[in-house]
Amino acid sequence: MNVAQIRKDFPIFERKVNGKPLVYLDSAATSQKPLAVIEALDHYYRTYNANVHRGVYSISEEATEAYEKARDKVQAFIGAARRESVIFVRNTTEAINLVAYAWGRANIGAGDEIMLSEMEHHSNLVPWQLLAAEKSAVLKHIPVLDDGTLDMDEARRLVTERTKLVAVSHMSNVLGTINPVQELARLAHSAGAVILLDGAQSVPHMPVNVQELDCDFLAASGHKMLAPTGSGFLYGRVELLESMPPFMGGGDMIRQVWLDHATWNDLPWKFEAGTPNVADMIGLGVAVDYLQSVGMQAIREHEKQLTAYTLGTLGELELVDIHGPRDPEIRGGAVSFCYADVHPHDLAQILDGDGICIRAGHHCCHPLMRKLGVSATARASFYLYNTEDEVDLLVKSLTKAGELFGVPAPARA
Amino acid sequence: MSLPLDDLYREIILDHYKQPRNRGELEPHTVRVEGNNPLCGDEIQLDVILADGDLQDVAFQGRGCSISQASASMMTEAVKAKPVEDVRQLIETFKGMMHGQPVDTEDLGDLEALEGVQKFPVRIKCALLAWTTLEQALQEAKAS
Repeated sequence: MNVAQIRKDFPIFERKVNGKPLVYLDSAATSQKPLAVIEALDHYYRTYNANVHRGVYSISEEATEAYEKARDKVQAFIGAARRESVIFVRNTTEAINLVAYAWGRANIGAGDEIMLSEMEHHSNLVPWQLLAAEKSAVLKHIPVLDDGTLDMDEARRLVTERTKLVAVSHMSNVLGTINPVQELARLAHSAGAVILLDGAQSVPHMPVNVQELDCDFLAASGHKMLAPTGSGFLYGRVELLESMPPFMGGGDMIRQVWLDHATWNDLPWKFEAGTPNVADMIGLGVAVDYLQSVGMQAIREHEKQLTAYTLGTLGELELVDIHGPRDPEIRGGAVSFCYADVHPHDLAQILDGDGICIRAGHHCCHPLMRKLGVSATARASFYLYNTEDEVDLLVKSLTKAGELFGVPAPARA
Repeated sequence: MSLPLDDLYREIILDHYKQPRNRGELEPHTVRVEGNNPLCGDEIQLDVILADGDLQDVAFQGRGCSISQASASMMTEAVKAKPVEDVRQLIETFKGMMHGQPVDTEDLGDLEALEGVQKFPVRIKCALLAWTTLEQALQEAKAS
């Protein structure tokens, strides 16, 4: 994988911030876009912008074809058996809420149990809280161990015959931990429960095959995988999606409508009400092409190397506390850390002065922050366009921040 | 450090951050309020004693960035032993400064140093945390 070549495909890296080159280390929040994706948006709006699925005229036909071809690309990307399994949504949050509303309300009852974990992003926590409150269901949480992995012994104890759903992060956006989701799927299925994976951080960064994982639902964000904001998808097992009532009602998800009732369209459109983000999904298809041309395994290897390098160099700094597993084999490229008692806001501010973008705060994981005993962390996250040089710049800038805030000069091991 | 950052991290701000004034709790207190920054990562607890129309005493606890903590420290110095009406006025003045309105900085004392925060809009919320929490405290005291 030629990173220098890849970087040339991303126009934003020509940009300077505060006179310095842009060092973008926040891909866990959103990813940068290759020219091909940007041009696809432009091309759609310039030459064949039209609504989909209804028009008889040529450009509507072109738009529909491009939109549906993007679906086929996503299907192939995640190894889904049928295109009916791929529902286009705005982002991971919407995908999970779709399941909570359409599957949850029909399948969860009083006393039923939903198993989550202590490391979940709010988007894979709050929808289930809302559902549990409405249905008097019980939420259970797999604890996170000190090394940043899930307590699987406890997970096995927590699952009962009342467990109806297991919903977990495939890869943590704070700890980087890649969870043993195949084992969790076996655990869920043996109890007759359904498993949903939050793939927001995994799908963009490693090969994901839904049949190998044997998951029932997988939620992902297109904008985290080189695609435009407003793009995302839900994978669902066809039998489940068939059995579910609709999520949103309206145009395109219906077959026939009378004044007092309606019948539903086939999958996948049953779950795509109203005019979709046509341009953004076409962009998602182009993003998938780009990722496939680089190769997801190559991307995973690259990020493993970068993460190992970061754990090494950043870890060498005294008073740096890195969260999550030490083994790059079981973690992805999100590295959260604390540096002495310099607050992450201040770290991020100083780094911004050097053109470096990191994230500071709770990363939408308040319970995990409480578990870690911190009020906030800084987070650097990597993607296919990042380099070791950028990690060196990060470390250099951090020591500068340390100096300003009176941290004792770091001694390299 | 680049010039814009010089403007943000002025000496006096770092001083208040490293040696915050009026840190702690007040028992008993007239009112205790907790505040959180929408730019997540800053939290504050404010204890206030109000009597005879004055803000007699104030103390703060919490974890947060240098801007939020320095602002809290400076605020407590500025409002202690002042009439509540003056405190309300000062809150408005400070909020105005943060939002770029021209203000009379004479009564602000150390707080003037936070003027540089204007150039970093995202950090305005950090500077305002203690103040919006104080506003809430006065509100709650009035209600009860």
